[in-house]
Amino acid sequence: MAKSLYITRRLPAAIEERARRDYDVTQSEADTPTTAADILRGAEAADALLVCPADRIDADIIRALPERVRVIGTFSVGYDHVDVAAARLRGIAVCNTPDVLSVATAECAMLLILAAARRAGEGERMIRAGAWTGWAPTQLMGTLVSGRRLGIFGMGRIGRELARMARAFDMQVHYHDIARLPPELEHGATWHAHEASFLSVCDVLSLNAPGGPGTRHWLNAERIAKLPRGAVVANAARGTLIDDAALIEALTSGQVGYAGLDVYDGEPRVNPGYLGLENVVLLPHLGSATVETRLAMGNIVLDGIDALLAGRVPTNVVT
Amino acid sequence: MKHRLIVSRQIAPDVAATIAAQYDCPYEGKEMTAEEVLAAAAAHKAEALMITSHVRWTGELIARIPDHVKILATCSVGTEHIDIPACKARGLPATNTPDVLTECTADLALMLMLNAFRRGHEYDAIMRAGWRRGYGLGEMMGLRMWGKTLGILGLGRIGRAVAQRARGFGMKILYAAPRRLPPELEQGATWYQDFRAMLPHCDVLSLHAPGGPATADIMNAETFALLPRGAVFVNAARGALVDETALIDALKSGQLYAAGLDVFKNEPEFDLRFAELPNVFLCPHMGSATVETRNAMGYRALDNIAAVLAGKPPIDPIWT
Repeated sequence: MAKSLYITRRLPAAIEERARRDYDVTQSEADTPTTAADILRGAEAADALLVCPADRIDADIIRALPERVRVIGTFSVGYDHVDVAAARLRGIAVCNTPDVLSVATAECAMLLILAAARRAGEGERMIRAGAWTGWAPTQLMGTLVSGRRLGIFGMGRIGRELARMARAFDMQVHYHDIARLPPELEHGATWHAHEASFLSVCDVLSLNAPGGPGTRHWLNAERIAKLPRGAVVANAARGTLIDDAALIEALTSGQVGYAGLDVYDGEPRVNPGYLGLENVVLLPHLGSATVETRLAMGNIVLDGIDALLAGRVPTNVVT
Repeated sequence: MKHRLIVSRQIAPDVAATIAAQYDCPYEGKEMTAEEVLAAAAAHKAEALMITSHVRWTGELIARIPDHVKILATCSVGTEHIDIPACKARGLPATNTPDVLTECTADLALMLMLNAFRRGHEYDAIMRAGWRRGYGLGEMMGLRMWGKTLGILGLGRIGRAVAQRARGFGMKILYAAPRRLPPELEQGATWYQDFRAMLPHCDVLSLHAPGGPATADIMNAETFALLPRGAVFVNAARGALVDETALIDALKSGQLYAAGLDVFKNEPEFDLRFAELPNVFLCPHMGSATVETRNAMGYRALDNIAAVLAGKPPIDPIWT
């Protein structure tokens, strides 16, 4: 007899097909964020839950889950939204989708860097509005990306993929992280143990660090002031890394020349100060939103659920 | 004694400051007609003219340039706006600014490519409309660029710089050119003598060929149809390379997944049908639009002017 799986949201069609082939699936048809009551109702007869980053799986929900639930899989690399310790106490295993988003997210960071530095949003809006009056030597001059210094805050998998892309643009890669990488992962990038020296070389700064209290509002007024004037800032990691008021102030004063953002503190609410600025490129948190990546994520999380329900320990189990 | 110079149009502020310090130039940053340039050149007894592509310098206009003008320096890599034989006929040195915009243009091509794969226009429009709703995991997905196969028409300097950048995204490179390049320039790319034979193998096609009769409308209904269904198309080279009605049809039918365009057949009066399409990322001819590159173009033009006025040969002659 097939095991039961509760899926909190709509997933790519091929992933839903695979889930229905292997499980008795309960799934909300409306593709909207769940409430605690939705989750508990959906989980009533489930052996496993497949949840998404917008679902809050806190200790209260976990305590209230039926005895039958053995596994929670999250369709994400981050698992801040799942109280893993509470799950462990209940004997519920948690698995996620590591690694497979790195390339798509790094690609998104590079897109943000290029589009912001080259004022692509302004160009796009001007041309769509039919307001283009012709080429001019000083029109929409942005700043060159190739050959510049790129500072990566947080040199994990995504940061390293971005570094590889940036090297193809002859950028000099600098990074700030807790520890220095071994040479085979560093590929000639320069490690900065100290923030001040790191910030001073960032013609382009890309945030690729995890969220959480330790990095909350890391990019604040004080750190922004240490960047070279006119620097480009990109964030495809976590909205909470940026003190929005400070960045908006710097984008207005010119201390930060251009910014490209895919994530926001409090999203999908966006600080309205960004919306009136021309020198920002804004994306609606779609850093990993490619067909290839979402399929890979769905497959790896289902692999993990399959294994855990069969009593095996997959590589993507979260501890 | 400073040399006397006329600048036909607004230029990058840093270049204007250099000119103010080193030349006798009545620069006001205004866009001059050819007649105004000729009148200013005569009145100022100019020894050099610095121009851009906004005026067509026909043979008739070239013939009327006063004899005291020793060089015509265009702040562009393109020279279509200059009647080169007319310059040669009267022995007027003329120069352009090659090389200095290679990286800048290649960066823009990659930017267009990423925005085409990743639905950049639609995402920007969502944000400017206020967003307010998180997307489900099967919604609004784009395509990953990483690992795709890129076909390049014309593996010159810019084409090679595009190939180098694309390799950073794990892309496989194909190129179509009349002659195969030596291995040190090819860098493992696969050569096709026949452009059409390359097209069925391209997940994304980027044009980096010169304009002219040989490449006019090289992308048309027939060549778009040779691409695999759902391919991505990028043009940061020349609008003349593309039959735009065929491109619009391909974008609407799904033959193309998306396109990124920096150039159009008619600029700035580009075909407004593009502005109605969600799956195209549009830029107003910004290939060289960075402060660094526009400065480099201006300084390169000034280097040519300085060389010729010092009695040396031009650095970047457009006729020999």
